[in-house]
Amino acid sequence: MFEYAPAPESRSVVDLKPSYGLFVDGEFVDPADGGSLKSINPASEEVLAEVAEAGSADVERAVRAARKAYDKVWGPMPGRDRAKYLYRIARLIQERSRELAVLESLDNGKPIRESRDVDLPLVAAHFFYYAGWADKLEHAGFGADPKPIGVAAQVIPWNFPLLMLAWKIAPALAAGNTVVLKPAETTPLTALLFAEICQQADLPAGVVNILTGAGDTGRALVEHPGVDKVAFTGSTEVGRAIARSVAGTRKKLTVELGGKAANIVFDDAPVDQAVEGIVNGIFFNQGHVCCAGSRLLVQENVADRVLESLKRRMAQLRVGDPLDKNTDVGAINSAAQLERIRELSDAGSAEGAERWSPPCELPDRGFWFAPTIFTGVTQAHRIAREEIFGPVLSVLTFRTPAEAVEKANNTPYGLSAGIWTDKGSRILWMADRLRAGVIWANTFNKFDPTSPFGGYKESGYGREGGRHGLEGYLNV
Amino acid sequence: MSERVAVRKTYKLFIGGKFPRSESGRSYLVQSSNVSLASRKDARDAVVAARAAVKGWAGATAYNRGQILYRAAEMLEGRREQFVALGIPGDEVDAAVDRWVWYAGWADKIAQVYGGANPVAGPYFNLSAPEPTGVVAVVAPERPALLGLVSVIAPAIVSGNTVVVAASPTEPLAAVTLAEVLATSDLPGGVVNILTGAITETAPTLASHLDVNAIDLTGVTDATLATDLEVKAAENLKRVLRPAPGDHDWFAGPGLARMTTLLETKTVWHPKGV
Repeated sequence: MFEYAPAPESRSVVDLKPSYGLFVDGEFVDPADGGSLKSINPASEEVLAEVAEAGSADVERAVRAARKAYDKVWGPMPGRDRAKYLYRIARLIQERSRELAVLESLDNGKPIRESRDVDLPLVAAHFFYYAGWADKLEHAGFGADPKPIGVAAQVIPWNFPLLMLAWKIAPALAAGNTVVLKPAETTPLTALLFAEICQQADLPAGVVNILTGAGDTGRALVEHPGVDKVAFTGSTEVGRAIARSVAGTRKKLTVELGGKAANIVFDDAPVDQAVEGIVNGIFFNQGHVCCAGSRLLVQENVADRVLESLKRRMAQLRVGDPLDKNTDVGAINSAAQLERIRELSDAGSAEGAERWSPPCELPDRGFWFAPTIFTGVTQAHRIAREEIFGPVLSVLTFRTPAEAVEKANNTPYGLSAGIWTDKGSRILWMADRLRAGVIWANTFNKFDPTSPFGGYKESGYGREGGRHGLEGYLNV
Repeated sequence: MSERVAVRKTYKLFIGGKFPRSESGRSYLVQSSNVSLASRKDARDAVVAARAAVKGWAGATAYNRGQILYRAAEMLEGRREQFVALGIPGDEVDAAVDRWVWYAGWADKIAQVYGGANPVAGPYFNLSAPEPTGVVAVVAPERPALLGLVSVIAPAIVSGNTVVVAASPTEPLAAVTLAEVLATSDLPGGVVNILTGAITETAPTLASHLDVNAIDLTGVTDATLATDLEVKAAENLKRVLRPAPGDHDWFAGPGLARMTTLLETKTVWHPKGV
């Protein structure tokens, strides 16, 4: 084991104001009837800034601004010009990527290595990708003259705050819609910096509106009758509630919800590569990933060998300061999420699974959870069925490919799956049978703006990314 | 010589490739015939049959599904007069046959049109392909009884879904006769299941059934019932196909949306390397 000197990224690049208003009709405004929320750094529990909590009058105002912008400016604008605004935004994100990455790590708790090397490059790439679609929609396969839907209400989660914003806003704007977006209660800050970027890009007022707030704000937004389209990423429970609330309306709905992905390792897989994939699958972003490979299905005859390697590798993971460039696993995003991870992990032990974590020192302040695996897990265990959304891996075994398929599909979710084997025909046989929207074979947790992402079954419907990602924002 | 006494037909349900009466033993008088009045249990049995048929039908080659659907069009054409005798206008029967043939041809083309390779920024093979969502519940439009029915069944099954159809309650005979066409078309039992009777009885069971993946509300004209079904469908996040408001022109070209709403997109990644 190497000794590592601290390698902290400077936070001086981020210039935080003590408090932020709502971004409505091109300006930051005080909330009309809402209160305020404090956004904290989950690694230290220090307050980073105070943000407004939008109430129903604010939702009304934002939806009206978005409608006006849709009717008067953004809807009539030629795609060629919408594209240029999106290209501007993409460039501004690249130019300010350090600032955005540091702020993302501060607000979310994810390691700077991830926000810098994964989130931010993908955010910029997403805007670039959809910018190019804005003037080519007639070639996207949705008819000769596809029309936008109107005003989109978008509610996003806290695990990839800026990336989820990009996944929502870029295709919506490219297709000609205007948006009102609500970032997550615990991670609003990069969305507010994004609002500044919209100003810097001279994006017409009202095309993008950002309302900070908690669940009530989100509910008021998606239920607003002036909204034509609802896009949500988050828990299946909330997704269900939203699907009920839009029933009987003309609102078009796309939802990207929970997951309980199987990461399946066959006996012919190169063990070291598979172990890297398992670690990436469940410990990337502290396991706060809807497509995390949270169920390891390992072929019985190699289970001992794989687990031994996995434990050795886990002992090398560096858990701690998200701003340290050597950190692998950062802070859990909130006290509430930490509580949920603890509760489910305790249930794992109580139901008879065997718990293991590498020896690792956790900071005193902030929210932390050591990388953890459970062995001896059965399909009936809560930790094999419920989404934990944390760095906790449930290990199950199988003997035949058919059994692996059976176990992998034995979940109401269907977002992603992983396959590790050297045999090409087996990969394709498995890929055909796994009921999941994204299949990673001999890799895991790869994302790209050109690649459609989204789930089967109760993981939601609609796709984000690629040509498919336009469909949710076009009247088809 | 007395005049020959005709042999009359009993109109029954179509579940799992068989023609059972309603398990409830009920029927209702419509179009001068006693037609089975399907119960909630019949709806559940139909879902079981549809689920059992998914593996074989979705797993069949696209070419094979296309062949079978084309065969169904041949059978439909052969029974043209029978549908006309039920009071269906000849041009509607013609349009229904043509519609079926149109969809049959999509079996081995929709994946090419709706899927494709994604040029990701890295050394990866990345391909998106559509797959059937699974079991689809369909509330068929009340009329046109044949063209409407064909226009909602064919786009669902051509990609490998199986369906449970609540037929037009006021003109169910076309649906039962279509079932006879399908039963003689090499279509595996359970791919299409047809329930006759009251929508208010069968549709809520189908909408709240947790082993149904999608629901097509085209035939639901009562807005309150439609909303109620949508709320029920949210329980397991069924894909919901909602009819566009206003009268639908069933003779117009249908486009791809009916097929694509009932498809899932699966994206597979694999590294490239030596």
